[in-house]
Amino acid sequence: MSIVATGPAAGLPRWAVLGLLPALNLLAAFAISGLIVLLIGENPWEAVRMLVWGAFGFQEAIGYTLFYATNFIFTGLAVAVAFHCGLFNIGGEGQAYIGGLGMALVCLYLDFLPFALIVPAAVVGAALFGAAWAFVPAWLQAYRGSHIVITTIMFNFIAAAVMAYLLVNVMSRPGSMEPESRDFALHARLPLMHEALGAMGIDIAASPLNLSFLWALLCCAVVWVFMWHTRAGYRLRTAGASPPAALYGGISPPRQIIVAMVVSGALAGCMSLNELMGVQHRLVLEFTAGYGFAGIAVALMGRGHPVGIVLASLLFGALYQGGAELSFEIPGITRDMVVVIQGLVILFAGALEFMFVPAVRAVLLRSSGG
Amino acid sequence: MELLTLLALVLDSTLRLSAPLILAALAGLFSERSGIIDIGLEGKMLGAAFAAATAATFTGSPWAGLAAGIGASVLLALVHGYACITHRGNQVVSGLALNILVSGVTAVLGIAWFAQGGRTPQLPGEARFLPLEWPGAAPLRDVPGVGTLYSELLSGHNLMVYLAFLAVPTVAWVLYRTRFGLRLRAAGENPQSVETAGISIIALRYRALLCTGVACGMAGTYLSLAQSASFINDMTAGKGYIALAALIFGKWRPYPAMLACLLFGFLDATAIRLQGVDLPGVGEVPVQFVQALPYVLTVVLLAGFIGRAIPPKALGVPYVKER
Repeated sequence: MSIVATGPAAGLPRWAVLGLLPALNLLAAFAISGLIVLLIGENPWEAVRMLVWGAFGFQEAIGYTLFYATNFIFTGLAVAVAFHCGLFNIGGEGQAYIGGLGMALVCLYLDFLPFALIVPAAVVGAALFGAAWAFVPAWLQAYRGSHIVITTIMFNFIAAAVMAYLLVNVMSRPGSMEPESRDFALHARLPLMHEALGAMGIDIAASPLNLSFLWALLCCAVVWVFMWHTRAGYRLRTAGASPPAALYGGISPPRQIIVAMVVSGALAGCMSLNELMGVQHRLVLEFTAGYGFAGIAVALMGRGHPVGIVLASLLFGALYQGGAELSFEIPGITRDMVVVIQGLVILFAGALEFMFVPAVRAVLLRSSGG
Repeated sequence: MELLTLLALVLDSTLRLSAPLILAALAGLFSERSGIIDIGLEGKMLGAAFAAATAATFTGSPWAGLAAGIGASVLLALVHGYACITHRGNQVVSGLALNILVSGVTAVLGIAWFAQGGRTPQLPGEARFLPLEWPGAAPLRDVPGVGTLYSELLSGHNLMVYLAFLAVPTVAWVLYRTRFGLRLRAAGENPQSVETAGISIIALRYRALLCTGVACGMAGTYLSLAQSASFINDMTAGKGYIALAALIFGKWRPYPAMLACLLFGFLDATAIRLQGVDLPGVGEVPVQFVQALPYVLTVVLLAGFIGRAIPPKALGVPYVKER
């Protein structure tokens, strides 16, 4: 995964690699999405107008956009940290799912703790379980050579089976057939942003945006410091850039694989804080709803950098929220359209990352008279 | 007698459940033996299932459906090739992108065209692949033993099931006994040496992906025209990934991959049978446990605890022609 401008994009100026190429890729993805909208007989311009209004047009919409963005920040960071170590963690979905289990166990069974203790305990629970679920594929990759892409895919399915079993047979709400746990106690929930700000005298519209948003931003800062300003982060990136060089420098690549995946899994696990502890207030089936996979798109768009990831998360959060409004206003376009756009963004920003490089190079050379 | 009938029934559904897995695993085999990772089997199957159901709805012919299914799957395989071979993009990212894209596109188009919440309309019998009754199956049904086996296991499947099992020796022959197969395997192990012999790796890998597209198209068509009578949202439900697991479990070889598909199909069939049944001494086996078993087994295999699965050497490495 080339995040810096080596390989096909080598020699292009920084602004072209970081700004122009992603913009062109995004445009291509949107153009094809527009064609699909045309194909089902709707007006793409109207759809775009609706989408932007639905995502940013009013206060509540912005709250929802940020709420969705929170999920993307966690899973996007998770994918990015693994990328920097040269690993492709497709298991964000499963790690977030199992992370939700760790968080729910705290909220359900340690709810004798006061609010001030249960929140950090839940964060630890989510991170720990997510990390543990990433540890096994990491260990297998590091010491047994099992390809991490395949093992993390398998672990997603195993996680789904484990959670279905637990929710149906073990943790289900007493006297209910629904595959969901009982509700968390009132003090085992994260305050919503409008309540928290309301208590401080600032009035904003009600939305599911909650305090985990701040935790997500903090995680971005921590990942940035860890990655680029600590020795541990340097070791991790070195092992990712060149395992033989790392080994020569006294860094053990297998150990870095474990570190990267454990951090990655912990970040993915934190997604459950926003979705469950913030909004649903119970453990439900398949709450991850594809956010783990979407994290790959976010990390690719954000070029593996926390700032880029926040921006990409805002974009995807806006797509989710705008897409929801869009499906209300234009019934022909369902929320699945967002999945289409997501797939196209991964295709163009990820797999076809360098498609426009020859064209951009030609234009730049001509304009510089070369 | 009771036990024999039960066994025949389970084996019968094993064959039916493993047929699409076999086709998809063989599809993956072409791609991966040529050096291109294909985690997009799921998406190609889903796209094919939708295209097949749509074409069969409008034309009333399963053959038109099959053609459309194969067409859609080949198109997706070519997009994968364009990203991975021509632009040397990341093969995992491309496969994943196509999976997500297809799951969205089929839902959007299905709702827009048929307005049934993503389903396609129920197909009549003549627009599907129906079970073929072998000669003498009906009178032999009551003969214990051989008769049951003949009428339940061999007879009474649809054409696609037989095609799937015929495809295994065919693919094995192509892979091990033809020039194309030899070059394909070499491309996955040491592309430079193949290119030295004057053979274009790019053309070779594109051809491998065409084969992948055709086989995956058949797998997808099977789901919507043979196993069910319509397309349902996300009807592949992980079958593409199970097929990939089976391919790895079979160590990227046709016959072992088929056996792995049969094993996974058998697990699926027993999971359905075991629902709510108390086994003596064990109690009720959770369905989820049996469902997760293929994935667990594959991880254990990959970990090298039961044999070793060694992938083609050049798998996942974009090919750069030397200048």
